[in-house]
Amino acid sequence: MSSIDYHALLPEIILAITVMVTLVVDITTRKKYLVAVTAMVGMFAAIVPVVTLAFCDGLDFCTAAGADRVLFGGSYVVDGYALVLKGVFIFAAFIVLLLSVGYLASDRYYEGEYYFLLIASALGAVVMASSRDFVTMVVALELVSGPAFLLAGWRKGDPRSNEASLKFFITGVIALALLLFGVSLLYGLTGTQQFDQLAIASVAVADVPLFTLGVIFVILGFGFKVSAVPFHFWTPDTYEGAPTPVTAWLSVGSKAAGFVGLLSVAYLALPAATSIWGPPLWLVAFLSMTVGNIVAIKQTNIIRMMGYSSIAQAGFMLAPFGAAAASNADNLDQAFYATVTYLVIYAVMNLGAFAVAIVIGSRVGSYELKDWAGLNRWSPGLALALAVFFMSLAGVPPLAGWFAKFAMFQATIGVGNWWGYSIAIAAAVNAVIAFVYYSKVIKVAFMDPVPEGIDIEALEAEAVPSPIGFALGLTAFGVILLGVFPGIAANLGEYSAQVVAALGG
Amino acid sequence: MDWFENGWGLSLIVFLPVIGALVVLAIPKAKESLIKWTALAFSLVTLGLTITLAVQFDYSAADTYQFGTAMDTTWISAINANFHIGVDGISLPMVVLAAFITVLVIIYSFNHWPEPHNPKLLLAFVLILATGMSGTFVALDLVLFFVFFEVVLLPMYFMIGIWGDRGITEVPIVNWKIEMRLYASLKFFVFTLFGSAFMLLGFIALYFKSEEALGYRSFSMIELSDIGAAGAFTGTFAFLVFAGLFLGFAVKVPMWPLHTWLPDAHTAAPTIGSVILAAVLLKLGTYAFIRIAIPILPGQAIAWAPFIGILAVIGIIYGSLACLAQTDMKRLIAYSSVGHMGFVMLGIATMTDIGINAAIIGMVAHGLITGLLFFIAGSMAHRYHTRDMTRLGGNMVLMPKMGVLLGFAAMASLGLPALAGFWGEFMALLASFNPLEAIEATSMFRVLMVLGAIGTVLTAGYMLYMLRNVNFGEPSQEWADHKFEDVDSYEWLAWAPLVIGTIAIGIFPKIVFGATNDAVVGLVQKAFGG
Repeated sequence: MSSIDYHALLPEIILAITVMVTLVVDITTRKKYLVAVTAMVGMFAAIVPVVTLAFCDGLDFCTAAGADRVLFGGSYVVDGYALVLKGVFIFAAFIVLLLSVGYLASDRYYEGEYYFLLIASALGAVVMASSRDFVTMVVALELVSGPAFLLAGWRKGDPRSNEASLKFFITGVIALALLLFGVSLLYGLTGTQQFDQLAIASVAVADVPLFTLGVIFVILGFGFKVSAVPFHFWTPDTYEGAPTPVTAWLSVGSKAAGFVGLLSVAYLALPAATSIWGPPLWLVAFLSMTVGNIVAIKQTNIIRMMGYSSIAQAGFMLAPFGAAAASNADNLDQAFYATVTYLVIYAVMNLGAFAVAIVIGSRVGSYELKDWAGLNRWSPGLALALAVFFMSLAGVPPLAGWFAKFAMFQATIGVGNWWGYSIAIAAAVNAVIAFVYYSKVIKVAFMDPVPEGIDIEALEAEAVPSPIGFALGLTAFGVILLGVFPGIAANLGEYSAQVVAALGG
Repeated sequence: MDWFENGWGLSLIVFLPVIGALVVLAIPKAKESLIKWTALAFSLVTLGLTITLAVQFDYSAADTYQFGTAMDTTWISAINANFHIGVDGISLPMVVLAAFITVLVIIYSFNHWPEPHNPKLLLAFVLILATGMSGTFVALDLVLFFVFFEVVLLPMYFMIGIWGDRGITEVPIVNWKIEMRLYASLKFFVFTLFGSAFMLLGFIALYFKSEEALGYRSFSMIELSDIGAAGAFTGTFAFLVFAGLFLGFAVKVPMWPLHTWLPDAHTAAPTIGSVILAAVLLKLGTYAFIRIAIPILPGQAIAWAPFIGILAVIGIIYGSLACLAQTDMKRLIAYSSVGHMGFVMLGIATMTDIGINAAIIGMVAHGLITGLLFFIAGSMAHRYHTRDMTRLGGNMVLMPKMGVLLGFAAMASLGLPALAGFWGEFMALLASFNPLEAIEATSMFRVLMVLGAIGTVLTAGYMLYMLRNVNFGEPSQEWADHKFEDVDSYEWLAWAPLVIGTIAIGIFPKIVFGATNDAVVGLVQKAFGG
């Protein structure tokens, strides 16, 4: 440990500096949009080392001490998996920043602090991707959640926003407590809290009942973070009450951070314990898909619907975990690959869906679905964007969502036993149920008449604010690109799954 | 023309329409005639390329894939899915049919706009449909096939949902009152999606299983049929996979009892939607049976054949009887599709070269004839503002040319010899007299043959019932004083090719068999060893 590989830490360093700089910019200027600009520049700067690190793989001159970029005695690893997810987090934060600019300007919100907190949360997520021991991971996870608790209550004049924040805070703290309890049990039994050592040490204690209990508690803790059923009850209320750009961050960034935790713990720390975490996650995946989808059908508020949709999507992402219940070590990387691929695609399409929802919602002045009727009449472009994102979420080719589901089916069926087949069949049925409510949005926008008393000309005249327009364009392009050339997402998934494949081999 | 033969020509046929759709979307809404001509131009160029394809096609080697891309044109390397396309004698007639129907539909739409207007969006959807249809027929990779198979759903969903019938209907069981178009579009999508979700599970299962025989995982239809013919897929595994594929394809065909989306979708869709749906989309299912289910899982195909045959004949009888109970002209034609597709499936179920040839010519004929019937029904509804056959009557007096065309289409549909519809029905029945011996249900198929023959009589019954109600007699009080415009020039332009095609194939079935026969014989021999 003589020298530190600064190249590997560069994304975190840049983000940390950006966090500080935003505070300085905030107190030195009254033009608050400059804070957002600073933050975006920081995001741009941070993505550069992620890319260079990815291409460094195998090049002698830029590979520092050892090829693996293992730092701090194995607690912090920058590998393909970490890089792909860092990319997802930075992309998500960048899009959320774009969404926030217009939103914050529209009312009297604190702006500077908002950006500061948002980037701090993003920094936590980026650290999370590299965390390979429980302590680092818990600290990172709280860095993701802490600012998010505050951000959820940003509309402080609105009681629903307060409720959102409080509910999120309380469940978040309970989740943390459960997680820490589970971690302490695992640590007590094995004497280590670093994942690579735990993977070895857990084999010996796999039969101890307390070990099972520890694993279950860790899963419970992350279950709250990814808002899987039955730990989902905070999700719709928080999503509806929080400022919508924050909801976008919660449903993509924060959720993905939870998935990173689950992925790392399940596949990197406990690959020997698939029979312990597999069955409960099978159940959680099944319940999330089914409950999320069925409840979503009844929703009339678009944000609540997207909340339940994100619960159901979490179920699809969990399905490969469930399928891994009885699989052997050599196809665990398939399950890992499927979840990461799904996450990448989900991030792009869900952010796009939120972007379009924010534009339409702010123009109509309501997130009630019935007020959006006849959207196609006054803005064919927005209606088309809405169709693109929601049909992608429904998994209709040639939009990106189809390949996410495809990868998930591939991983679950590839396991080759009934744990996999059964969750695949459940997912297939759920994909059909999900279409019912995704198509409801399309129906309202394209097929219903414009409600009485809506001034079409005024709505037509309004333009899409350019930051959100840029976010929309970027995500729409991404959804179509990843749908037509899904190999891109698949390669990212495979690149990240190398870490698990290496374990299995 | 090297570029044309090594995949670019076929790729253009598939993707030119979708490029056209993007161009159409980029044109401002106000320039309506520019939008129409652009769409027509793109579809005509595609048709031109398709005809070139049919002319250049080497009919002496109809059982090989031609004009295709190389098998290893990588598309998604992570799952070994390739952009592998090609046509053989089985897919060629389908590709030509799809390209023709697209052009005719666009010509027809020049002066028939369903409400709400918006030609820009409607034509964009038609062009996207064209890509999905021809793509499905030329795909030789299961993932590629799946994507194209699904691409057609969304435009059709929009077409029914936006431009569909605004009448109120009552949803069975729950008794909700809802507009016909909304109910039909959702039902269409959910049924098809349900089937194709399980179809996809089947595809993925084949992908993993192929590793045992090939040493690597493959989605290639060619490789999978090679190892399938060699008996790589057996037992419960094959049974489950076939069940998944069956569900996906049978919903699309549709086979009884999965057909219930069809009458609603056909009735609610705007005229051009009904035409595309009937003429091409239904064929995606039967084509997939011939191209995927039989060659890859021949053992299961034999095991399922009696079951498929029985469902097919139930479809024939049920469809015909349902027709007799209809008062809505479009709904009657829709149910007649259930019957006709029953004959196609009966042909396939025999697993013989005669039966599968019958199925393909039946598909083409049904595309031409039912397409024409829906065109005419749409044009009549356009003029009468009703499709209720109890109110219509005396059409021969009011619109003699339209009446003659309707009479012609009805005769063709009931299987009159010397018209295209005859061959499919006749040969399907002929094939069921001697189904593949390995099925070991020859006597059962002979019973099915008799029942199917009764079905042809019923078909004649309901077609004549429609003609009596619509064409014959004196116009009622309601219409007697109306002046109707008879078939106009756009309608002539759109319909004449269908009429000519129906007669030509009726007299020279070799137009179709010339392409299909070698390919079908090759397929049957490979799958069932002659």
